[in-house]
Amino acid sequence: MRTGAIAWADVTASPVYLDAATAAPLHPVARQALLAALDDGWADPDRLYSPARRARRLLDAAREATAETLGVRPDELSFTSSGTSAAHTAVLGGLRGRRRAGDVLVHSAIEHSAVLYAAQQHVTGGGRAVEVPVDRLGRLDLDRWSTAVSGAGVASATLIAASHEVGTVQPVEAAAAACTRVGVPLYVDAAQVVGRMPVPPGWSVLTASARKWGGPAGVGLLVVRKGTRWESPWPTDERESGRTPGTLNLPAVVAAAASLRATATDAVAQATRLSSLVDRIRARVSAEVPDVEVVGDPVHRLPHLVTFSCLYVDGEALLHALDRRGFAVSSGSSCTSATLRPSHVLEAMGVLSHGNVRVSLHTGSTEAEVERFLTELPGIVAELREQAGVVGL
Amino acid sequence: MSAPDAVLDCLGQRCPLPVIALARRLPELPVGAVLRVLADDPAAAVDVPAWCRMRQQEFLGDAPGPGYDVRRTH
Repeated sequence: MRTGAIAWADVTASPVYLDAATAAPLHPVARQALLAALDDGWADPDRLYSPARRARRLLDAAREATAETLGVRPDELSFTSSGTSAAHTAVLGGLRGRRRAGDVLVHSAIEHSAVLYAAQQHVTGGGRAVEVPVDRLGRLDLDRWSTAVSGAGVASATLIAASHEVGTVQPVEAAAAACTRVGVPLYVDAAQVVGRMPVPPGWSVLTASARKWGGPAGVGLLVVRKGTRWESPWPTDERESGRTPGTLNLPAVVAAAASLRATATDAVAQATRLSSLVDRIRARVSAEVPDVEVVGDPVHRLPHLVTFSCLYVDGEALLHALDRRGFAVSSGSSCTSATLRPSHVLEAMGVLSHGNVRVSLHTGSTEAEVERFLTELPGIVAELREQAGVVGL
Repeated sequence: MSAPDAVLDCLGQRCPLPVIALARRLPELPVGAVLRVLADDPAAAVDVPAWCRMRQQEFLGDAPGPGYDVRRTH
């Protein structure tokens, strides 16, 4: 039986995992909390016997710790069954709560697909959506945003805090100010930000996803500030302040809360460390891989994420080649997506979409891993180009 | 829209093949000539203009086909 502290070495296998923006490896603190809560937190927290009361105490403590980290009131925070579910609920609930004000949803062109699918459902049901463009670096066009949220019949607005695909941090505070001026509530998708950097003020609704900070999959956060016109789009029950129905996976919620607290405590140091590794990747990839486009804002960006596209290279072939050498990355290239469409984020920015690689680091990522990636990448790309007969084009 | 000097049929080809074909064909045309790339892969709408930017060639815009017109500038 295992005794003593669980270290990163136990949870990260030897392949170099560079896809934290999809899901960070389970944080050691999450694992410990999960195992403990499996024993203590299996009962329904809404019942009135003692195992239920124990579960209730765990849930209350998880909510208080998470609310404290986010700087919100515990009763403003609901746990959901996933980050996706939190995003759907945030979008549709914001529209429902303001349906008397209008039926227009304003959103950026680079929202997460979960937000765009919710917007699509709204439009299919007869509602309207206005998409606000971004520039070549993936930055929101603030003038167009201000005009859009000031339009007639705007019910709510949605902005991703920082792009999950290219890392560009969005001007949330200014976008929120534009919304406040016209009384439109702003929902901020903070999935890539929570646990890594502070969320700028001014929003009315916020969501996050535990697996992005090293918590387990299947836990989302939904925060609705007091006084926000917001109404749950689901058939409601008595759970989670009526915002999101269904029994929570309490051990996972406890693990999510514990790992968020641990991650947030260490966030500044990790952001500094990972950001300098990302700087190194940006510089070396540009210098050592010919015909590559490193995309996204080089300065105002997430600390842990970098995206680049290699000219004439098939994205799927590149992913598989990297996987064979032990590197796990993701891609926005169309050949790697189920829909065979390029990433809508790369499309909105107007940057090269094929041969695309997204590298995202986590707390367990080491300098040696990044070095190994940087050492092997130029050869892998060169080999693929040679096989495709595109050298010198 | 004026007629292009040459047409490159990349219909049915997936990314990055239309861009590779464009990179091969354009230098065969004289400077100033317009090449129309026919491509129905949705990625071409992003990647053809991006290639023009990276290679300092002139992207003239969308054309029927669906297609994209590119002028050789050097």
